[in-house]
Amino acid sequence: MTSPLQQKIKITGPSVITANRTWDGIVIWRTTAKGWSADLSDAAIVRTADEARALLTESIADDVGAIGAYIAPVDLRDAGAIKPGNLREHIRSAGVTIDLPVPV
Amino acid sequence: MYAYDELDRTIINERVEEFRDQVKRRLSGELTEDEFKMLRLQNGVYLQLHAYMFRVAIPYGTLSSEQLRRLAHVARKYDRGYGHFTTRQNIQFNWIKLAELPDALADLAEVGIHAMQTSGNNTRNVTSDQWAGVAPGEIEDPRIWSELLRQYTTLHPEFSFLPRKFKFAITASDHDRAAIKVHDIGLRLYKNEAGETGFEVLVGGGLGRTPFIGKTIKPFVHGHDLLSYVEAILRVYNQYGRRDNIYKARIKILVHELGIEKFAREVEEEWLQMRDSALAIDDSVIKDIRSRFTYPVYQKLPHMPDELKQAAHDPHFEAWRRNSVAPHKAPGYAIVTLSLKPVGGPPGDATADQMDAIADLADRYSFGEIRVGHEQNLALPHVARRDLPALWKALDRIGVATPNVNLVSDIIACPGLDYCSLANARSIPIAQELTRRFADHDTASLIGRLHINISGCINACGHHHVGHIGILGVEKNGEEFYQITIGGRADENAEVGTLIGPAVPYGDVADVIEDIVEAYLALRARPDELFVDTVKRLGVEPFKERVYATR
Repeated sequence: MTSPLQQKIKITGPSVITANRTWDGIVIWRTTAKGWSADLSDAAIVRTADEARALLTESIADDVGAIGAYIAPVDLRDAGAIKPGNLREHIRSAGVTIDLPVPV
Repeated sequence: MYAYDELDRTIINERVEEFRDQVKRRLSGELTEDEFKMLRLQNGVYLQLHAYMFRVAIPYGTLSSEQLRRLAHVARKYDRGYGHFTTRQNIQFNWIKLAELPDALADLAEVGIHAMQTSGNNTRNVTSDQWAGVAPGEIEDPRIWSELLRQYTTLHPEFSFLPRKFKFAITASDHDRAAIKVHDIGLRLYKNEAGETGFEVLVGGGLGRTPFIGKTIKPFVHGHDLLSYVEAILRVYNQYGRRDNIYKARIKILVHELGIEKFAREVEEEWLQMRDSALAIDDSVIKDIRSRFTYPVYQKLPHMPDELKQAAHDPHFEAWRRNSVAPHKAPGYAIVTLSLKPVGGPPGDATADQMDAIADLADRYSFGEIRVGHEQNLALPHVARRDLPALWKALDRIGVATPNVNLVSDIIACPGLDYCSLANARSIPIAQELTRRFADHDTASLIGRLHINISGCINACGHHHVGHIGILGVEKNGEEFYQITIGGRADENAEVGTLIGPAVPYGDVADVIEDIVEAYLALRARPDELFVDTVKRLGVEPFKERVYATR
């Protein structure tokens, strides 16, 4: 499979880098402090392909901490609050859209 | 039940320790994700949207009560208290932590459960008829042969790095409950005109991006030639199968491109070189495997005991009995299907508490045995008919007695975009809404047998191509849309369904399905003409008109 870094990066709006945490698999986002957070509101925002590539490169370098890093769109129209930019990312951020068989 | 021998137990236990070491090295950074990925996949560990997903094999769909309790334990201790039974006789846990996976595998290994053959480009979990060994009229128990194939293919070096995954399914009944025609190799055990038992071998079936119905490559193969013949097929596939394009790597593409005649000639040539080799199966091998299956000692019981006569006055019991209870080969016994399709529930999910309760009921009423079907329901295979009323009450209390088996709300669905990293659209909420629309049992009974299958992407884990009504989720400009096919079926007359028209948005799917069902009710020639038969007779046009005339 082609590495995300070998793919042409094209972003059409504000974006973040997201991945899953290696030891437990939970959804995480790359922060401005070069770390990871399980809270989308902590995510570093990129707006250009070059910024996205730089943040993605840094994220992928942390192979022990996270897996499967990629660029995901976000929506900042709600007073700057970071919201997922599509349904897939909404589900990753907010959880499944159904009631779980056993409530958490 | 099949009892693993010392060799099986050693393999499983060594595998756990091997994986424990691999996980440890991954978490320490000694292994990169690129190096580790194949190793985790070989142990059933995928990465999904929210977490790792752990897929556990239930070979040929047979579980003991002890094993089901252990699956409940894993759900409770390492996951979120439930599991999801899949369309290939596996169970998946959706929230498991990589760091805890070795412990979960070790707990499962204690009762002979593992995750081998649940992922990767190798031979996958061999599936079979969930009624194997108990269905009336069956030639013989196909699990004997399933187990032979399981033993032979497990960790086989030549089959561990195939061009792509490879799936076997086996049936020994006239009515195919194992969907053998949509597997890479489908095996139908039958008696030929000379009275000999052997296999019709089908090859090149499969769903996914490019669906094909399997073709008969050899009409009759003796049991003692089974291993050499399937090995010949796998060798030809291994040699010619494409490794340069994942979308063209399955054997179905090779069979299609070469043509079944040429493919068969290649296999025949290969087979003749090895037919009389060590792969020729000695009767003693089969005898040994057969001896490791334990079968209940059935009592002589009446077909219509007093308990059943009395319970027949209860319309709720009768509705369930007519729907979920099937004839058994032994007089006085029955096969009971447990619906994992409650109204408004996710298809195929069972909580740990339900699993424990079902295990207890299996001990009490079914000689400690449970079966898993590819339709994502469970079955108790050896229930005395006199126990049916008591069993029904117990099943009803735990929510697995919905009398909808094979009816419109008995929906097969993949996890879809709620869980799966490959999905484009959600499957489960669509299924849930449809079960609500068709919740009325009288209406569902009036409609009769109707299978709705839903996949959240073209990979077709929800078998949408072979649903009587198939629903495929696609993404268009960031929105969920659904293509509808009708006329598919997965049984002995398997067919791929036909697309009725443009995809419809998420919010319209349930209305569209209701329209299709209403059209069927108006168009069917008589009350017992099944939906698929009406579609076969009339084609898709009348249904297409009904759906799109006002949209």
